[in-house]
Amino acid sequence: MALLTLSSPHSKGSNRTANMMRWVILMCIPGLIAQTWFFGWGNVHNVVWCSIVALACEASVLFLRKKPIAFYLNDYSALVTAILLGIALPPLAPWWLSLIATAFAILFAKHLYGGMGYNPFNPAMVGYALVLVSFPVAMTTNWASPGPLLELGLPSLSATVASIWEIAPLADAYSGATPLDLYKHEIAQQTAEVVRANPIYGDFVSLGWEWVNLAFLGGGIVLLLLKIIPWQTPFAVLAGLTLPALVLGWDYDQFTPLSIHLLSGATMLGAFFIATDPVSSSTTKLGRLVYGFGIGVLTYVIRVYGSYPDAFAFAVLLMNFAAPFIDIYTQPRTYGYAGAKRGAKAKENS
Amino acid sequence: MSSLIASTSRRVFDFHGGIHPSEHKSDSNQTTISRAPIPPELILPVQQHIGKPAIITVAVGDKVLKGQRIAQADGFVSTHVHAPTSGTIVDIGDRPIPHPSGMTELCVILAPDSEDKWCELEPEEHYENLSIEAIQSKVRAAGIAGMGGAGFPTDIKLQPPQQDKVATLILNAAECEPYITADDRLMRERADEIVKGIEIIAYALQPGECLIGIEDNKPEAVAALNSAVKGTRIEVVVVPTKYPSGGEKQLIKLLTDKEVPSGKIPADIGIVCQNVATAAAVYRAVRFGEPLISRITTLTGQQFNQAGNVEVLLGTPISWLLENYGYQPSNPERLILGGPMMGYALHDRDTPVIKTTNCILAPANDELPLSDPAQACIRCGLCADACPAELLPQQLYWFARAQEHEKAEHHNLFDCIECGACSYVCPSSIPLVHYYRHAKSEIKQQRLDHEKSDRARIRFEARVERLEREQAEKEAKRQARADAAAKAQAEKALAAKNEENKDAMPANSGVDPKQAAIEAALARKSTVQQDKTSSPAELKEAWGKAQAKLDKMLDALDNAKENAPEQVEKLTRAVEKNQVRVNQAKQSYEKSQSENAATPSTAINSNAAPALSQADISQLETNLAKAEAKLANMSDSLTQAKQDQPELVEKLERAVAKNKVRVQAANQALLDARATLKQEEG
Repeated sequence: MALLTLSSPHSKGSNRTANMMRWVILMCIPGLIAQTWFFGWGNVHNVVWCSIVALACEASVLFLRKKPIAFYLNDYSALVTAILLGIALPPLAPWWLSLIATAFAILFAKHLYGGMGYNPFNPAMVGYALVLVSFPVAMTTNWASPGPLLELGLPSLSATVASIWEIAPLADAYSGATPLDLYKHEIAQQTAEVVRANPIYGDFVSLGWEWVNLAFLGGGIVLLLLKIIPWQTPFAVLAGLTLPALVLGWDYDQFTPLSIHLLSGATMLGAFFIATDPVSSSTTKLGRLVYGFGIGVLTYVIRVYGSYPDAFAFAVLLMNFAAPFIDIYTQPRTYGYAGAKRGAKAKENS
Repeated sequence: MSSLIASTSRRVFDFHGGIHPSEHKSDSNQTTISRAPIPPELILPVQQHIGKPAIITVAVGDKVLKGQRIAQADGFVSTHVHAPTSGTIVDIGDRPIPHPSGMTELCVILAPDSEDKWCELEPEEHYENLSIEAIQSKVRAAGIAGMGGAGFPTDIKLQPPQQDKVATLILNAAECEPYITADDRLMRERADEIVKGIEIIAYALQPGECLIGIEDNKPEAVAALNSAVKGTRIEVVVVPTKYPSGGEKQLIKLLTDKEVPSGKIPADIGIVCQNVATAAAVYRAVRFGEPLISRITTLTGQQFNQAGNVEVLLGTPISWLLENYGYQPSNPERLILGGPMMGYALHDRDTPVIKTTNCILAPANDELPLSDPAQACIRCGLCADACPAELLPQQLYWFARAQEHEKAEHHNLFDCIECGACSYVCPSSIPLVHYYRHAKSEIKQQRLDHEKSDRARIRFEARVERLEREQAEKEAKRQARADAAAKAQAEKALAAKNEENKDAMPANSGVDPKQAAIEAALARKSTVQQDKTSSPAELKEAWGKAQAKLDKMLDALDNAKENAPEQVEKLTRAVEKNQVRVNQAKQSYEKSQSENAATPSTAINSNAAPALSQADISQLETNLAKAEAKLANMSDSLTQAKQDQPELVEKLERAVAKNKVRVQAANQALLDARATLKQEEG
């Protein structure tokens, strides 16, 4: 019988892409629990609903593209996109909003570019940005209030689902502005002290949001320790957000304070779970620092000077554009070379 | 173990990346090295090293002794091959050799005679008695090639280009590949031989320092080496276990913090690396004069009942080893030469063990499972973290796939050492190294093609230039000649004029200078011809030759008329030319004969000559008449044939042509004879 001849290496480590994706999903759970605890069942519903939509879209596209469906569904990448969207979208966003965001993410941002591994933009953020631009009202009025902390209680699961599916609306008290949004609008007329007297800021940074962000930070650190995500990206994102907040935004009577920037909105989720999407991020170590820093700075700029309450999606997408360029200029120095090569073309080579 | 590591004060540096695959060293390093018996047949490839294949110096049927040279190094980068035991050469031919492609190569097949009788060796108890050159030549004579796996001729590494600048001699004992324990066992059991070999190498190279680099997963070997190096300048440096610490460049980095510049060799930075097994072979070559005829090979993997290390004669068929060491084939059967990271799969069980065969790995199916189907690259960058060359494997992969060779080269594709760390860590199971190998070979091929076409272009341009130059030179010469001729003519004309003036001979005044020149040339030529062929016998021969040639040509013309009409014209012209030549030859022969005849006759009997000539002339006249009659006859029959027998036309045409020639010849002869006669009479 003929011998089996394969090229080296014959040995293979145990790490698998699906495994990495599973860890990302797993480490989202603490944050999701915190979200549910403070803001109700909305995000859980959205995660489930987005997952169904994402898997259905993924499967149908794979069918159309004549690719093995089970093989690709098993990489969990569609699920990660869906879960990130479910977490990022407003908890009380209507069902069609999540549907549009997810379907667009999977169909357009992912598969029209060639599917897993070929998408230049983070699919979840493409979906998010699409609905943010197209449906600004639905995207700003459906944020839930941290009910339990306001001694308001949470709407039941069935009431939440009925609201999302537009069967019976919830009482207005259950929804409210986000701390980021509120501060930006109020500070124009008030001092910092007055603004922060609003109960949604609580005693610490901002009710509920701070715990959600800390939960995502915890999950992210686990991923970091497991080397599933590189440390450079989240570190640079947070640095990029912190630096302008300290230099430009030190006057809290004019600008949102650093603590709210860091522990409110999508900051930790973005830094550890979204900016670290390897496919659309820069792939070199130095490049990830540049890429992450760019996201941080852009997030700050859009949050403070732009008209959107949060800015993570736009910042990520803008830096996605730059990632291939960053890669070219951040090659590491190879063994046996005096210095690293920069740029696309080797002039010193000729 | 920790005390041993602490005993080395030297700082160990780190290299980028690296991986920690499961080692499987204890599978095979628990038992001592056993000696494999002599197999019934030894297959000895002429190429067991890097460089040119050796040239076979024996013939089928030759009896050889153990250690006798059977193939000679061809040039500088090559090594000899020796008979591993005594026996008879039974065959020389192509056999499959250990190579990733499964190719065949010229091999000498030796049938051992079981006597195992050594040829005469030249032992040397004290290497210090030898000159450095003598050591180099002894190592070369022993046919030693790097035994770590690459197989570079060792003697070349003993004479590096900058011999006075060897700062560090590094002995590679890292053996970082999983499974392989050949060096480990060798160090444990024969540390003395290794250290003595190192001393010999150090004697040849005179390095500033001498280090043995060894991974900390071999504490017994470290201990053995440490006790063996006592009292020498050799230092054992224990490095952390991390694949590929045994890569030459990585080991240099670990021990010296220096990097071999891209495209250079260690010698360029004053470092020489040798494998420990090579050092042991050097020792045996110098001390006992033994050539390299055996090596230690690890037999491991779950398909061997008893994994271990064997000292095996070079040329031993792997199939024979498998049979004798309790090998159970897996299904599908898979054999790897070398380790699981950089070894290559064997295509044929009947390939032999050669100088570089450090391991035969027979894994069970679940031991080294086949790779999962490759998924898309998600650019996670784990490969870049693992890459010991600090490349960007994820980018190289894209460029290799897209055949963007320029970009791949710009990203230093050729600095990839193919260690396989990237493929090992890739979560998407992409066979990255495979892509790089392919891209490298494609780029090399392209370069080769490019060079070839460049060469062809340069050659073509040179040729065009040469032709132009030659043309110009010719033109210049022609011009010069023309000028000279014009000048000469002018002078001649002037001289003629002068003559004319002097002698007042109006007859010459009308002569065209050109005509005069031609006539002069003709005269010269005829003189030359006459000078050349003065004897009538020679002239006759020349005539005969010319006639033969003409006949041949006529035949050819005949043929051409039937088969190659396009050549008829050419041949006809050639025939005409040759006829003229024949005539000339005949003429000059006859002339010379008549002269010869005339001269003696004049001498003996001055009256006889004219009478004879007269008779000759009448004879010639008859001949001419006859020939003319025949020609006329033939012409008639040709006309006839043209009407009735077209198949005869050709033949007759030829005959007519021949007869015409004859008639002409006869006519000429007659005229000549008359002229001669007249002359003589005159």
